Parts: sequence; C-alpha cells; structure tokens
Amino acid sequence: MSTIAIPNENLTRTGVAATLPVPAPLADADRKPLTKKETAADHPTWCPGCGDFSVLALYYKLIEKRKMLHENICTVAGIGCSSRFPYFVQAHGAHFIHGRALAFASGVSLSRPDLHVFVFGGDGDAFSIGGNHFTHTARKNIKMTYVVMDNFVYGLTKKQTSPTSPIGFKSKTDVGGSTDRPVNPMKQAICAGATFVGRSTATNVNHLLGLMDAAMSHDGFSFIEVLSECVEFFPGAFDAAIPRKGGTFPEISADHDVTDEYAAYKLCDEPWPGMFGTFYKVNRPTKNANEAKLITDARAKLAGVPDWQILQKNFDRMK
Amino acid sequence: MSDNTATANQQGSPKTSTIAESVIRIAGNSQDGIQAIGGFLARLAGRSEQDVMTFMTIPSTISGGPSIFQVRIGSGEVLSAGDEADVLLCFYDHSYANHISSLKRGGIVLYDSDHVKPNEELLGTYHHIGVAISSLTVEAIGGTGRDKGKNIYALGLIARMFDLNVPKLTKLIEERFGGKDPSIVKNALDCFNGGYGHQIQGLIESFKFEHAVHTGAAQVVMSGNEALAFGIIAAGVRFGAGYPITPWSEVMELLRRELPKYGGTFMQTEDEIAAVSMAIGASYGGRVAVTGSSGPGISLKTEAIGWAVMAEMPLVIIDVQRGGPSTGMPTNQEQSDLNIACFGGHGDSPRVVLAPSSVEDCFYTAIEAVNIARKFSTPVFILSDQAIATRIEAFPCPDLQNICQDISPDFTPVADHKPYDLSAPDGITRHVAPGTRIASGKYPVATGLEHDELGHPTGSGKMHSQMNAKRRTKLHKLASEIPVPKIYGATEGHVLLVGWGSSKGPIEEAVKLGRSQGEAVSGLHIKYINPLPENLENLFSGFTHVIVCEINDEGLYGYGQLASILRARYCDPRIKSVTKTDGLPWKVKEILTRALSLTK
Repeated sequence: MSTIAIPNENLTRTGVAATLPVPAPLADADRKPLTKKETAADHPTWCPGCGDFSVLALYYKLIEKRKMLHENICTVAGIGCSSRFPYFVQAHGAHFIHGRALAFASGVSLSRPDLHVFVFGGDGDAFSIGGNHFTHTARKNIKMTYVVMDNFVYGLTKKQTSPTSPIGFKSKTDVGGSTDRPVNPMKQAICAGATFVGRSTATNVNHLLGLMDAAMSHDGFSFIEVLSECVEFFPGAFDAAIPRKGGTFPEISADHDVTDEYAAYKLCDEPWPGMFGTFYKVNRPTKNANEAKLITDARAKLAGVPDWQILQKNFDRMK
Repeated sequence: MSDNTATANQQGSPKTSTIAESVIRIAGNSQDGIQAIGGFLARLAGRSEQDVMTFMTIPSTISGGPSIFQVRIGSGEVLSAGDEADVLLCFYDHSYANHISSLKRGGIVLYDSDHVKPNEELLGTYHHIGVAISSLTVEAIGGTGRDKGKNIYALGLIARMFDLNVPKLTKLIEERFGGKDPSIVKNALDCFNGGYGHQIQGLIESFKFEHAVHTGAAQVVMSGNEALAFGIIAAGVRFGAGYPITPWSEVMELLRRELPKYGGTFMQTEDEIAAVSMAIGASYGGRVAVTGSSGPGISLKTEAIGWAVMAEMPLVIIDVQRGGPSTGMPTNQEQSDLNIACFGGHGDSPRVVLAPSSVEDCFYTAIEAVNIARKFSTPVFILSDQAIATRIEAFPCPDLQNICQDISPDFTPVADHKPYDLSAPDGITRHVAPGTRIASGKYPVATGLEHDELGHPTGSGKMHSQMNAKRRTKLHKLASEIPVPKIYGATEGHVLLVGWGSSKGPIEEAVKLGRSQGEAVSGLHIKYINPLPENLENLFSGFTHVIVCEINDEGLYGYGQLASILRARYCDPRIKSVTKTDGLPWKVKEILTRALSLTK
C-alpha cells in the first residue's frame, strides 16, 4: 500500500495514550494583570457613539479584574458590527462566518477545557441566521459566555429589520414598519435550556460588568443580552432604559428566585424596557462534563495502554 | 468460477471441482440477515488468507425491502465484486425474478422452494436447486414456527456446497452471537448444522477453493466506512462532529463509540453547518478535527469550508458520496461530488481532495489526509462513495504500532507569530493555537475576512491578490510532493483507461480482460484529485486514446467531472469520457466495451 510520506516535524510516534490537550501551565505567578493598553488591539471600526464601545471596554476591565493571561483569552464572533469584536482584543481570537460562532466556540470549548471562551455577536447572528445553534448550544449547556449586543436592527448592512426589531419599526426592508413579532431573547434562552440568563444595557456599565463577571464564573452556557444602541440606524431605541435620558432601569429584585423557571418567564413579559439582571441561573451538568465522564469511564480499564494497542484490539477482532 | 481440476466422480455423491474464485449473490429482503451471511463468508475468506470483495445494496425504505449481498472470494487478487454470479441464492420470487439475469449461463440458482416458483423457461439455462429453506429452518431450531435464522441455515448449505472450513465458520458464528443469550448461539449453530447436514437434492457438483498463498501477514476484514474511521483514529484525530446522513452515519457512529477510549470525543450536532463549524473550532483549538457527510450535507458545509481555506485552518472532511443532486439516490453509488469537493463554495478557495481506491486505501488515506491538513494548514476532502463505504474487503493488518500517530498540540511559547506570513517558504504557515504565549504581545485573529499577515482585515486589492497567491502556492508545493501514479499495464498502447476512487479495481480488471482479448489497453488511477500530481501529460502521451471512466453524468458538454478537469488542465483532445449514473458500480465488461467503442 503506497501512501505518500508527509514528513511531520515534531511528530512523535504513539507512546502513551493521548488525552484532551492541556498546555503546561507557565510559571506566571509574577505576571501582572493586563492593562487596557496591552489588551487593546485595532481601533474599533464602530460609529462614534455606538453602544458596543462600552461592552468592549468592560471586556478589557474584566480581563484585568480576572487577571487573565494574554494567551488564555479566546474571543470568538460571527458576522455583524458587534462581531468585529475579536479584532479589537489583543488576544487569540477567531472571526467566523455569519451565525455559526456558537458552533465554532463549542468546538474550542469541548476540545480545550482549559480555556473560557467568550463569544460576542449581534441579534441577527444570534436569533436569525444562528437561531438553531443558539437553541442547541443552550440545550447542551456547553461551557462558554455568550454576549449578544442587541441593537434591534441590522447595522452592518445598513438598516434592515432584525429579529428583535419592534413591531412598527421602519427599515429598508419594512418601509411601512415591521409587522413580525420580535424574538424575546430572555424567553428564548430560558426555554432552550440556557443555565445562566441575564440582561443589561451598554450604558449601565457597572451593572453589565457585574453580569459579565458572574457569567464568566458560571459553569455552563451563560447568555447575556446587552441593549446596545445603534446611533446610526436606530437612535434612541433604548432611551426608555436610560435614566439620564428620562428612562428607568428596572432591576430584578434581590428576592427573585433565579432557579424558578416560571418566575423567570414572568419577568420576561414585563412591559418595555423590561427587567435587568439575572433572570435565571441553575446548575446542570455541562456537555463538557458529560463528555469528560464518557472519556473517564471508557479509559478506566485502559490506563497506561498505548493508543495503538487499543486500536490493535479492534483489529484483532476483525481478523 | 474457473474450474481447474475435477476429482473422480464417486457414485451417488457430487463431484468436487477445485476453483480459484467464485461470485456468490444472495438476494432477499433486508431484514433476512443476508448481510450477515455475506459478512460471515467475507470474514471466513479473510481468515483463510483468501482475497475477498463484497457488494451490497440496501433499500432506502425504512424497514424491509429487497436487498442483495454479493461476495466474491478468490485465491488470487480480487479487484471487483464480479460482473456475473456463479451462484445465486434467493429467498423470494422477487429475488429470483430480479437477479436471475445476474447469474452466468449454467450457474447454480439455489432457491427457497417454500417461496420461490422457478421460471420453467429458465430451467435449461441455469442449474436449479430448490431447498425448502424456511420450513427446514423451523425444523432445525425445534419448530417454533418462525423462520428467523434461515440466513444461517443457508450459510450451512453454502458451506456444504463450497466445502468451507466448518470449524472456522462455527467459531465465527460463536463470536458473532456470543455474549447474547446462550440459546441464540445454540439456535444459530442448530441452523448452520441443519443446513450443512442437508443432503442437497440435485447437486451434481461441489467446489473447493484453491489453497491460497500465505503471505504471512494476518488479514483484517472490514468495510470502507470502518477503515476510514479507524484511519482517522490511527492518525491521532481526537475530535469530530457530524450529523446523521446515509451512507456517512456509520463513520460517525464508530467514532462516537471509539474516540472516548483514546481521550477524544465525537459530537452529534444540531445540523451539518454546526458539525463543520464545531470541527473547525476544535482544529482552531490546536488539534486537527474531522467532520463528514454525504452530498446534501456537504452542500451545507461549503461556506464554513471556505472559511477554513481563508483562515488556513487544517480540517478533514469525509464525503461518502451517493446519488445526487438533492436527496437523490441515498443508497446508491455515484461519483458526482468531485466538483463540489474541488470547487464547492464561493470565491477562489483551493483545497485538497483525495479519493481512496479500496477499503484498505480508506485506512491509509485517512492518515494521509490528516497529515496534509496539518502540514499545509488547509481543509482536505476524502471522497469515498456508497459502494466502497458498505463493501467488505480483506487486507493485511496494518502495522499499528508504527502507524499510529500522536498529534497533540504544541503550546510552546513563541517569540512572534504571523499567522499569514507572506514570506513563509511556499506560502505554508502554521496555526498557533490559543493557549500559546506570544512574547511580542501581538496575537493573531483567525479570520474569514481578507486579512493582512497578522489576520487583521484589509480592503487592499494588492493584499487580496498576494493572499490568494499564498493559498494557491502551498498546493503547488503539495503537488510537487505527491507521487506520480503508475500505469497499470504497458506504458504505451492504444487506450489508457483513467479512473478515480472506487473504480480502480474494475478498471484494472478491464485492462486484464482487454489484454486477454488482444487489445492494447492500460489503466491509470488518480487518487490525488486536487491538486493533480505532476507529469500526467507524459503518461497520457504514450496512448492514442485517454478515456476517463467515472460514475457521474456527462454534463452539458459530454464529459464527466474528472474528464472535464483533465481536459481543462491538459487541453488534450485525446481525453474522452465514459460515464453512467445507474447507481451501480462499474462492471468490468461494461467499462471495456464502452471505452473501446469510443476508439473505433
């Protein structure tokens, strides 16, 4: 049987069984938390006044607060204005295709238990083209944090109706006003099985930072909807949630039971601008843990057996 | 079936002929376990150092429906599943009616006389032997009133007819049914012994296979799908994602079952797009991952595959082809995904396409695909097909100790890193996975936007041209490394039959057949479809006609998919095309007759 020999540099022949890869920890005790200067990369291409700037600034803050190391930050996005995010973060990042960021991030999360993956995106990415992945990533409870910067409009393509556009919203594709019932992201997430569901605004930075911090600590699929204004195509969309513009910022009360699914659904139906805070939070085994258990069980009897011998056993049965 | 010698015919018992090979077709319904009979025969042949190849059809209906399994066992090299059967075993009238014509003249049809009424007109053409298989099975297992097990009973009849190794078959039956309720093994053995012990009325001849030449190496017997999946494991891949679709599902089922033993996992995803995206995400995580599908799923994956080309991310995509377009013919063979594998998706997105030629080649091609993906940071397609996926072949057990690879990611810190360095030799750059510290503090973004050397978006037309050149150049380098295929037969002559993928065996047999008829025919098998190996034009130059045989449509302009590429590449008017889309593998005579008719 002839196959071409592709020289594999550093390709060691099988010795011991491979396990899911974890990089050796570096002696990093002395490394200082990253400053904003070290975390910032390209200057954002967003329009002046865009709500996404504050989400980006808070991500830098979170990185600093959590003393994350450069190399362990992994930022993933799909397509859209907000999905340009990874270019603005000086860290490993991936800018994937439209709507599929969660599936890509799942591949990273499941193969790299040592990383906490952050996914940033917009409402079109999350609830329209990527709706299927949103449902199933939540259902499987794959460990990651998903921050959706919801501006109720397609901005990158210059003002078409989005899945969260309110009824009556006039866009280039609904010149007479949108007639479709918008997605309720909180309901959608809880119903799909997300285990951490929270809501905030880009303007209430302390509230949002707290939520992002809590989401990062959550062991499972954590989802945050951030109302983030598109000053170009839907200006004033969230004024009702901004106190300094005469709005209110109704926070979920401290006595809300975050494990009570029905109570959470009720909060989702509060009149505009809705509620802010953690709607729902439960602990359910993650896909990551379930897969790790499968591996542990499968390998229980195989400790120290080289991979090739495991395969040889299969081949011996086929002789 | 070629008779070599015949022993003296003892009075009353059938004479025994020694044969080099035989083609046995078993026809029934899919729930009758006819694949099991074929599987036993194939495995027995493998254990007897005999070469074996099988061919089966499975109905795409949910339960039941006509199904066949054809097994060709030989003491020499077996290249195809055989054009005509020597023996036909049929369980029903419809099996008899539909398959009697596949039997060669004078062949033996062994039928279940409980269900089949032979056609009087054919009694003189074929040697008919009726056995009341259903009722005898019921009798053999103690009259429970059910004929479940008639497949094993029939296996016993075949074992008698071909004087097969009974202890080995008994052991195979025990292995197959062992672990279940002991009564199941007992029933199976009762059925087998019932069939083996049955005095077949009207059997004038029994057969014995020539002793096979022992190569020393033990043989393994498996299907193409199994060989692909095990090859992926041997290559060191530890993550995959897929979505069920016939005939790919078997690969994902096997990987899902086996990978955890190796510390890996395989995800069944919500859809085809999620599968390819998740696999790319895992590759981005540092270790090349696998996804796969069949035609319709491949269509869905093309956007993400384009991303992997653009972002230069290694990935292996298995396409087990079936009849298309759309839902097409899900359980039939076709080689019509060559275009989508080479060109599928928008924009200019060069990628690698390999097509294994046999079950054995599936195993090694999987490893090669992984290594090419890693070395060249690019998606690599493996184009298998329904026929190769489902057929069972025996091949020498690979030297797993030396073949299995550890491709764990390397997180050694680097001083500086440009993911898309334009000055890299041959345009080949490597992905540096998250978790790797980059001392310069400049981190890469893997991206589908046209980008500069660090992965940052650019609108520069010059940069786009340079990056297109980079992505193309590295495949030129690959083209210079892959082996030039060797011509099967003489290097000069009248006709060169060119094939790809699973048609290698039938084409080589067609060459043998043609030469035996005095035709100056040779064969050439192209495994590396994209990029093509160098120097093919010199190989073509020794022939008056270069005829590409493939199982797809001739298209608007009269050329199959590979033929079109070869004509575009070499501008050689000698390149002609023989195509078909009947859903079945090539018959040897079909290839030769159609190819020669083009040259006259």
